[in-house]
Amino acid sequence: MSDLLYSEEEEALRAAVRDLLTDHCDAAGVIARTESDTPHDLSLWKALADGMGLAGLLVPEDRGGQGATHREAAVVLEELGRAVAPVPYLTSAVVATEALLACGDAGDLLAELASGRRIGALAVGLHTAPGAAFTTVRLESGALHGELTGIADAAVADVLLVPADDGGLYAVEAGTATVTPQVSLDLTRPVARVTLDGAPGRRLGDAETAVPRALRAGAGLLASEQLGSAEWSLTETVGYLKDRKQFNRPVGGFQALKHRLAQLWLEIVSLRAAARGAADALATGEDTGVAVTVAQAYAAPVAVRAAEEALQLHGGIGMTWEHPVHLHLKRAKADSIAYGTAGAHREALAELVDLRAP
Amino acid sequence: MTDATELRRRTKELLAAHPPADTDRLDFLRARFDAGLAWVHFPEGLGGLGAPRSLQAVVDAELEAAGAPDNDPRRIGIGLGMAAPTILQYGTQEQKRRFLKPLWTGEEVWCQLFSEPGAGSDLAALGTRAVREGEEWVVNGQKVWTSSAHLARWAILIARTDPDAPKHRGITYFVCDMTDPGVEVRPLRQITGEAEFNEVFLTDVRIPDAHRLGEVGDGWRVAQTTLNNERVAIGGMRLPREGGMIGPVAKTWRERPELRTHDLHQRLLKLWVEAEVARLTGERLRQQLVAGQPGPEGAGMKLAFARLNQEISGLEVELRGEEGLLYDDWTMRRPELVDFTGRDAGYRYLRSKGNSIEGGTSEVLLNIVAERVLGLPAEPRTDKDVAWKDLAR
Repeated sequence: MSDLLYSEEEEALRAAVRDLLTDHCDAAGVIARTESDTPHDLSLWKALADGMGLAGLLVPEDRGGQGATHREAAVVLEELGRAVAPVPYLTSAVVATEALLACGDAGDLLAELASGRRIGALAVGLHTAPGAAFTTVRLESGALHGELTGIADAAVADVLLVPADDGGLYAVEAGTATVTPQVSLDLTRPVARVTLDGAPGRRLGDAETAVPRALRAGAGLLASEQLGSAEWSLTETVGYLKDRKQFNRPVGGFQALKHRLAQLWLEIVSLRAAARGAADALATGEDTGVAVTVAQAYAAPVAVRAAEEALQLHGGIGMTWEHPVHLHLKRAKADSIAYGTAGAHREALAELVDLRAP
Repeated sequence: MTDATELRRRTKELLAAHPPADTDRLDFLRARFDAGLAWVHFPEGLGGLGAPRSLQAVVDAELEAAGAPDNDPRRIGIGLGMAAPTILQYGTQEQKRRFLKPLWTGEEVWCQLFSEPGAGSDLAALGTRAVREGEEWVVNGQKVWTSSAHLARWAILIARTDPDAPKHRGITYFVCDMTDPGVEVRPLRQITGEAEFNEVFLTDVRIPDAHRLGEVGDGWRVAQTTLNNERVAIGGMRLPREGGMIGPVAKTWRERPELRTHDLHQRLLKLWVEAEVARLTGERLRQQLVAGQPGPEGAGMKLAFARLNQEISGLEVELRGEEGLLYDDWTMRRPELVDFTGRDAGYRYLRSKGNSIEGGTSEVLLNIVAERVLGLPAEPRTDKDVAWKDLAR
């Protein structure tokens, strides 16, 4: 049975990340940044990657990383989710890194991503479920041609990992591609269009193995990010309802609202078990398929509901641009599509546990 | 400190002195109790060794491997799960010595006389009266939803001893002799057709003061120990994947492709995921307990399982199509155990309706989570400082 708890080291890691985010990632700053030309916070990214060495958790030490596991990366993601931090952690340090780990010829790229000196993005639409078909570009006389959309965090990527129609996964320098930000529902993890017009690429390995592995890790660890966001929504709402008074009493004393929050608490407690189960399964390689699909089929609806409940229970203030609940709602809703919808994961589960469609 | 090695040694010693194959079942259980291997976390002399509770599994595994008889814990769940921890915490030395051993061996079955027709969720409003006469208490009243009352030798009972005090403060906790001539047990037939539970009428039942647990007027606090343990017992079962109600549905789905529809498929997968997540949540809770970090999550497990059992069994009736129109048996019977898997889908559907009522309704549990875990304000109360006798009823 998998270990569903947090170790002392994991709790220490959480505390360190939370301290950094408390100091450098306040909600007002994140909101202001979403309307600037640089929605991503690259100085925060530098502090996480360079200062704390967190971009290399999944990379073995002899390949330039920290030699930790998905369990630790999941703890980092919980905290990043709680702060809706606009950094490319899930996309570069998890998904692109997993893709490189699956490739025979990643070369120095793996160590560069692990150190955080460069940011990578897998050029597969964020909506793609592990095991689903994905768009490729044309390989013509050694150069790549085509257009890919919905690429998360591509705007800050230094290198794009691009699947081509020969079955290969290619490293493309972002400077040789045209990356156009798309106006995105999620302000803190925006997507972009990548256009390749004869861009040179270096073949890393086989896309058919690298892409599903990367997306599976992304789906599994996204559950931890969703857990962090859902916890923020609950904590923030409980705090507000203890304070907010109407009808001469704290609003949080009304049973109709208390029951909704208690129900949400129960779902978040359950999400924690599912998310830890997925992180542990990814770390050990045991039961990964079921653990990841279960976690992602459960996590997205809980995270969305948590943000929706937070908005409703905050009343009018929850509807304002100034209050950060919308950052979580937009992130949670976009994440309910990211790496496959809950429905897509249930469909995959039907095969895995032999509960087949009629 | 008694560690796993020491427990294994003592277990082997017990098995050598009382080989299960040649020992009467009850003799073996009594010897196991005397060896301190019944519940290792209990004190020495009372069936335990003062060892960590998590080490019980070590003893159980050794005994199971040796083919030793167990005390049929499902038959005596109320005694083990509720009466015993309460007696341990509040009983006198004499009470502990008298009651715990036959309770654990199953020689004496226990039941719980708490709920009343007028005191369900508001248990503290109970009206069964206990009046002191010398060294005895005379008890009159009616209790309800009492499982095992027809089998029980003893009951844990809460009764009103001071009607002039506010309701939480005028209650006293007793051990009641179920063979007293004033105790009348009547089966209470439920929607499944059978009668797991009873109504218990108490008419001039005489209880010696020596069978009081805790102080006079302190019964509500004593009862909290019982009720907290009840919820642990209900929510804390360990399950393999597909080990709960989802198991029979998944089996039917695999074996009977002709029953499958797209709508049922979507709902089944959703419930399968929820059942697996609930299982993981229970497993995580157990890992926390073993690691000595008990969390508040236990309060939620009963809520989760109640809803899941109801939704899954409801789906199962639908899945069975024409067979879902049938029911296995409406005969009035008195089962010793609740067995969800031994009966048809219709039974599971009906019986699981009780899961969100028994042991605290889901509505009350949500209040408890909101107030004790999330720290939200309590409902404004109109009954706290009013004498029990002046409450609306």
